[in-house]
Amino acid sequence: MIRTKNLVFEYIRRDDEGNVEGITRAVDGVNLSVEPGQFIAILGHNGSGKSTLAKHFNALLYPTEGEVFIDGLNTEEDKNIWEIRQKAGMVFQNPDNQIIGQVVEEDVGFGPENMGIPTEEIWERVEESLKTVGMLQFRKASPNHLSGGQKQRVSIAGVIAMHPKCIIFDEPTAMLDPNGRKEVIRAARALNEVENITIILITHYMEEVIYADKVFVMDKGHVEMSGTPREIFSQVDKLKELRLGVPQVTLLAHELRNAGLPLPEGILSREELINELKRLK
Amino acid sequence: MSIILDHVNYIYDEDTAMAHPALIDVCLNIPNGQFVGLIGHTGSGKSTLIQHMNGLEKPTSGSVFYDGKDIHDADYDRKALRAKVGLVFQYPEHQLFETDCFKDVCFGPKNLGLPQKEVELRAYEALKQVGFDDEYFYQSPFDLSGGQKRRVAIAGVLAMKPEVLILDEPTAGLDPKGREDILNLISKLHKEMGITIILVSHSMEDVANYVQRIIVMNKGRVAFDDEPKEVFRHYKELEQIGLAAPQVTYIMQELKQAGFPVDSDVTTLEDAKNEILKAFGKC
Amino acid sequence: MLRDITLGQYYRTESVVHKLDPRVKLVATFMFIISLFVANNIIGYIIAALFLIMCIALSNVPPKFIFRGMKTIFFLLVITMIFNLFLTPGKELVSFWKFTITYEGVKMASMMAIRLIFLITGSSLMTLTTTPNNLTDGLERLLRPLKLFKVPVHEIAMMMSIALRFIPILMEETDKIMKAQMARGADFESGSLITRAKSLVPLLVPLFISAFRRANDLAMAMEARCYRGGEGRTKMKPLIYSNIDRIAYLVIIVYLALVIICGRILF
Repeated sequence: MIRTKNLVFEYIRRDDEGNVEGITRAVDGVNLSVEPGQFIAILGHNGSGKSTLAKHFNALLYPTEGEVFIDGLNTEEDKNIWEIRQKAGMVFQNPDNQIIGQVVEEDVGFGPENMGIPTEEIWERVEESLKTVGMLQFRKASPNHLSGGQKQRVSIAGVIAMHPKCIIFDEPTAMLDPNGRKEVIRAARALNEVENITIILITHYMEEVIYADKVFVMDKGHVEMSGTPREIFSQVDKLKELRLGVPQVTLLAHELRNAGLPLPEGILSREELINELKRLK
Repeated sequence: MSIILDHVNYIYDEDTAMAHPALIDVCLNIPNGQFVGLIGHTGSGKSTLIQHMNGLEKPTSGSVFYDGKDIHDADYDRKALRAKVGLVFQYPEHQLFETDCFKDVCFGPKNLGLPQKEVELRAYEALKQVGFDDEYFYQSPFDLSGGQKRRVAIAGVLAMKPEVLILDEPTAGLDPKGREDILNLISKLHKEMGITIILVSHSMEDVANYVQRIIVMNKGRVAFDDEPKEVFRHYKELEQIGLAAPQVTYIMQELKQAGFPVDSDVTTLEDAKNEILKAFGKC
Repeated sequence: MLRDITLGQYYRTESVVHKLDPRVKLVATFMFIISLFVANNIIGYIIAALFLIMCIALSNVPPKFIFRGMKTIFFLLVITMIFNLFLTPGKELVSFWKFTITYEGVKMASMMAIRLIFLITGSSLMTLTTTPNNLTDGLERLLRPLKLFKVPVHEIAMMMSIALRFIPILMEETDKIMKAQMARGADFESGSLITRAKSLVPLLVPLFISAFRRANDLAMAMEARCYRGGEGRTKMKPLIYSNIDRIAYLVIIVYLALVIICGRILF
């Protein structure tokens, strides 16, 4: 679905007069491939290059070196741009800054309108997308009156209405409260499981990635670690070095293990921990 | 020195069709030197509540006292109050406006009408308190990372030498390390300088680790107001109002039900670890 | 809440006028304004008044909402009347001290007042019965011929509708930044004009930065959703004339003809 080859992205820093101050490598030699239908999580602290990487998947940024292929299409070829943007939808961090319409249903219709879909089909798509994210009863509402989680669900519906194969979530929960975060993650998981849409979730909330098929951890533009959530969360100390953490349950298990209890590494859920402890008793 | 809210009610958009109560009969007493966690989901009234504490909002009925004086008396100096009760808003870095960090931190003390020397001294101290590196002092705040910007913004309030510091979700949007750093900083300010801290947060885990007292707001009312372990004992009620106790509380509850001899009242990871180790005879 | 403020104060209710195509309403308002300047006798204004009353009655908007807009122009109204009353030369009616009121002055003043009141009432009726969104759509369609002259009609309409969406958000943000700076001891209310203007810096700088950040984010979000200008774009809610609209056009033409004939030619 997504494949990058030695992806490098550099941007030029300029001072107030516009003179070149230096070059920053935000993404540095990333090779990764995502299979259709996978749920992928990309972790990394602020400034690790994960958002810059994500913007390459939607042809919002182009590689300085290397190549990015979306469903076999090279993002650097101009003729592919619109097809790529339709195939790989994107949900951004700030819920307010990505809603264009003044009415929920109009916003969801924005993408299909741009794609030149006939009016009648737009209405069908809008209805079906709002139903998928459970926002149908708000179709006539003003986005300004919705909660953060609801606004993000509208944004998701706006992407689904374009019938993408893959959706990239660029820190969709960073500005939400815990309930809003749950709403969004639930919606993303449902899309993956029910609609079989490939999901790429970029986040720094550890609890959100435990359901992923595969996790990539980024630091300084590199992919530092990759593996299943269990493999990743087994390395508590390494994650801490990378300015990240682990879910509280995992951390507790880790500390108990360090204190001498023979628990396995990479415990992800409460049930697991309790069962392991029961076994030890 | 304390903040007292006496039967405070606040109605949003009074006199319009949209009028709805944001605070209902809130009575609180926050004594000097306490570290308080204020929890509630979006729209529970917690942001409105903190704006009453430094006089940015005026109660529709009821009174707010600081140091025993009603802050809405005609001759009360509310500008001076805002220096004593410092309020750090959510995403405070969005309020930075000066060309360099140092000047921005000077803004608060300058507004208090202090002499230039004192202003600069305070700004310097405040930036040091938040652990800000000298080399960045004269950089534009807009070139800094999110965590650093937030430190500058917090320093901007600290430079007014507040007796009470209220922070509205100071860790929002930061990565795990950034969150931990800011929380440790706040805890340090409480311990070393004896400032009263009111920490508004969504995260039970964060709050449980640091505070002495938790106030839970729900639909404009104070739902719970007690020590953390007492509040988390009501974890089922907390769930009903859309909140939850920290993960460890659930673990300990389940372990207890499974027959482990553990105290289910623990709220922090450290205590949970010790309890479990004790149960296994390792301590 | 600040978020509830919408420009143009749309009044939500069901009515024939609400249902009309926005293009009809825009054209009708324009025609109505023309009619006000064409008419120059009492009969013309009576026809205009009847037409206006009919529209208000059909719109189901309570009259108090319609006349609320009058408050803002009250000052302008008084000034126009005074100027016309005292400065129009002609047959003397009353004279005191240095001032004279002429017959023509009275006539001019009342005519101007009527025109202004009708004009404001007519255009408020349009904004009260049309959502800002619909209005931009209508404008875009009506101005489409201007594309021939390289006027970016679609872009202008898109800008207007984005502005309408973000004004309430930016107003709320202004309120928040203001409070945050007040918490740092800023004073927006006292002092001389210059100090007050200076005190706006801590408010305006963050506000501009935020507006730019939002604009940047929004542009990216729009691009990500395949936005590439008006070319090849379809409409979710295309404007299609129905029979009511055709009747409305007919009514407005008849009205205009009536005003021209009765208000100008016959009498």
